[in-house]
Amino acid sequence: MTSEFAVEMRDVVKKFITPEGHEISAVDHVTMQIKNGEFFSMLGSSGCGKTTSLRMVAGFEWTTEGEVFIEGKPMGHIPPFQRKVNTVFQSYALFQHLTVFQNVAFGLEMEHVEKEEIKQRVGRALEMVQLTGMDRRKPKQLSGGQQQRVALARALVKTPEVLLLDEPLGALDLKLRKEMQLELKALQQQLGITFIYVTHDQEEALAMSDRIAVMSHGRVQQIGSPVEVYERPVNKFVADFIGESNFLEGRINSISESEAKVFIHSLNVELIGIPISEGLVNGDEVTVCIRPEKIRIVEEDIPNQNIFCGKVANTVYIGADTHVFVNLYGIKLKVWEQNFISRLHSKLYAVGQDVCLALAPENTLVLKKD
Amino acid sequence: MFQRLRESKSARGTLLALPTTAWLFVLLIIPLILTLIVSFGQRSPDGNVIYTFTLNNYIRLFGYSTDCPVGQASCFEPLYLNILWRSLSLAFNTTWVVVIMAYPLAYFIARAHPKKRSLYLFMVLIPLWTNFVIRVYAWMMLLRKEGAINAIIGWLMHLLNIPFVPFEMLYTPGAVLVGMVYEFLPFMILPIYTSLEKIDNSLYEAAADLGANSLKTFLRVTLPLSMPGMVAGTILVFIPVMGTFIVSDILGGRQVILVGNLIQRQFLDARDPTFGSAVSLILMVMTLIVTYFYTRKFGFGEEIVSA
Amino acid sequence: MSPFRRSPVIIAATVFVYFFLYAPIVGLILYSFNASRTNVTFEGFIPAYSNRVVMDGSLVVSSPCGPFHWYCDLAKNDDVTEAAGNTLTIAFTATIIATVVGTMSALALQRYNFKMKPFSQLSLYIPIVIPEIVMGIGILTLFSQLFGWINQVLNLNGDARLALGMATVTVSHIAFMIPFVTLVVQARLQGFDKSYEEAAMDLGANEWTTFRRVTFPMILPGILSGALLAFTLSLDDFVITFFTNGPGSTTLPIYVYGLLRRTITPQVNALSTVWILVVFVAIFLLQIFQNRNSTQHS
Repeated sequence: MTSEFAVEMRDVVKKFITPEGHEISAVDHVTMQIKNGEFFSMLGSSGCGKTTSLRMVAGFEWTTEGEVFIEGKPMGHIPPFQRKVNTVFQSYALFQHLTVFQNVAFGLEMEHVEKEEIKQRVGRALEMVQLTGMDRRKPKQLSGGQQQRVALARALVKTPEVLLLDEPLGALDLKLRKEMQLELKALQQQLGITFIYVTHDQEEALAMSDRIAVMSHGRVQQIGSPVEVYERPVNKFVADFIGESNFLEGRINSISESEAKVFIHSLNVELIGIPISEGLVNGDEVTVCIRPEKIRIVEEDIPNQNIFCGKVANTVYIGADTHVFVNLYGIKLKVWEQNFISRLHSKLYAVGQDVCLALAPENTLVLKKD
Repeated sequence: MFQRLRESKSARGTLLALPTTAWLFVLLIIPLILTLIVSFGQRSPDGNVIYTFTLNNYIRLFGYSTDCPVGQASCFEPLYLNILWRSLSLAFNTTWVVVIMAYPLAYFIARAHPKKRSLYLFMVLIPLWTNFVIRVYAWMMLLRKEGAINAIIGWLMHLLNIPFVPFEMLYTPGAVLVGMVYEFLPFMILPIYTSLEKIDNSLYEAAADLGANSLKTFLRVTLPLSMPGMVAGTILVFIPVMGTFIVSDILGGRQVILVGNLIQRQFLDARDPTFGSAVSLILMVMTLIVTYFYTRKFGFGEEIVSA
Repeated sequence: MSPFRRSPVIIAATVFVYFFLYAPIVGLILYSFNASRTNVTFEGFIPAYSNRVVMDGSLVVSSPCGPFHWYCDLAKNDDVTEAAGNTLTIAFTATIIATVVGTMSALALQRYNFKMKPFSQLSLYIPIVIPEIVMGIGILTLFSQLFGWINQVLNLNGDARLALGMATVTVSHIAFMIPFVTLVVQARLQGFDKSYEEAAMDLGANEWTTFRRVTFPMILPGILSGALLAFTLSLDDFVITFFTNGPGSTTLPIYVYGLLRRTITPQVNALSTVWILVVFVAIFLLQIFQNRNSTQHS
């Protein structure tokens, strides 16, 4: 390994001309460094530039500006068939005129690997994805999940340094998708290959990745571990995109050390003892973000404990949790309470019931206003 | 009865399909049967059919002749076999020339921007809407000794001060080949386009991703996946070329006689419908055999309908 | 910009093939303005010096119509007008009948199971896999034998005798048009989502109303394109017409073919040019009409 990074994108821009003649930036000054052996996800909704970024690494698109490095080497206009990366396509892109075996062998034949060795390696690859015995079938005769495994085997048999996966589980049903997530993760750990994984499914990204790049409008919003992007989102977009949040607009009233008092405009109250990140000063307009599962419903109001009381507006029972919407001085906050005890025995909150909400300072996130 | 009709789906289907089936039976099947019967008949002196059972027409077609040098009662005369062979080889040649010309164009259209594809296809169809006979005539004008091609070459040669004797192009096998290619080229472009257009872009990317350069991608992915289109196109080109007689009539003159010309002359000039029917049946059997083996090997795609 | 560019070889081949497709047609049109009556070499355009046609040997020196001399000539040619009339009459009649009959059988083949189905489906491929000339002489044999027999039995004489003519050409055209209409409409029906019909029936429409109000309007584009295909096949047909026409039923292709075997004047080119123009304009208008319809629907 010549470089610390398996893949590096340095200030990459990709512009497209639409058929109407407008120029749009699908990828806008993206920089990311993906470490060797890492499971790295690009997460965002459609059109955020994640797939285009992946395609530039694969070599299906060329960068407009900036450079893609693989193993430290600039890729320039090196064609896909000379890059040491392989792709699992969203549509699988299996060759319908070839059998499963021929599909998997395709890449090895291109390397002029000997016939015997091809047989062995294809066999091992099919075994790895649990498709032994299916080698003579045509892709059309397989289920969606099996086709997905063929696509995976076809890419992995080439022993790439980096495996690129473009929403590989998107076409599978929920249950199968969850199974495949675990399998993919295990496979990645077992092989030690760098995976770059594109998905719009946040749960999938959180469950599988070492690190996640959250993208929107062609830009990287945040790169971090699943815990970091969920617990410490850097801006309102990330906080809103990953998981759910209550957002409250406010102003920093006073700062001491790393704690602050934040005045919430809509509630006309002050939150105290809030830890804040660097770069915020007294008087800054901020957005306060609180995850619904981190708000506790308490019996009584205790002064100076960031506890506020209101009335229950609505209750939704969803099995594992109960979602409670609480009206607080005209603002609706969502609160998720885990159903520790069966709701057969403990009653659901009634609409109009008086409740108090505890907003623990350590669970309250202060974000600079965008 | 109407009550039964309302209830029986089968009866309703039969009734809906009846006009078509009857029409095709009377005007396609019966004529074929009739042709078969006539081909075993004998020509009466005034050019009518005497219904007997004789294989004379077929024997004559396959080379038995009574018109021999003095002293011989019968001999082998491959005149008609030569015509059959000439038609067959012309059809083969036309087909492969058409494939070579149609493929790049079909590929170009299939890979063009989706919004431009219909325009390009439209441009392929326009020549097809001029009349078949008119298209042959256009080539007659181009290929004549004093025609446009010779005029242009002559003019170029004149500029370069090279002496030039105009080519004799009309009334040669080459002229017939060019005419056939021109007539049937669009029938190859359309089905090949249809099968190429179905190939998802990601398949080209997958091939490149797995290490195939553009040549290998073409040979291993594009070509096999466009096979159904080429098969359909071949059927749409090969069969009509086998039976066409105008192209050879006008561009080949008396020099290039094909099965089609032979059949036509038996019915109109020689007034021997029995021999004409025999030739026609052999032509049909030949095309059916070629089509059968060809489609059995490569499959009969839906591309044929798209054209 | 993208690694998947089109290779210059393909572009060059494409340009060549388009040139190959269009050069003869352009030449044909150019020669329709030829001053030379023999139309062998191009002798320049015809000037309009005088009010009457002036000839010098085989050259037209002047014509009141100027370069359009041969078009004026064409308009005065009664044979052409008659052939054009015949061609259109046959094409319209045959298209209407073939479209109705073909659509019916497409519905039958796509929707119902019945005894004759495999036979019906297979017979559709006959015109595709059997050379036209084989069908042509078969039909000719049928008509000549049948008519000969009828004439004899009924003792018909003179004008009363049954003979080849407009009717035989039209009936034969319908025979080879039906399969094409059926296949096109069938392809359309294959892509038809049955839930539209189920929705209509669910809302209280009976089968006939469902067909009239839902199915028919939705497959109408398919029926129209089948009809258009049939119409152009009929206009273009030479072989079948050649063997089934008789006195008074000469169509344009037959007429042109006849001219080609005799002396050819640029009149043929003028006729071809008018033909190309008419077909082109018709198709163009149809395309615009269809596009407007499809954008309205979407």
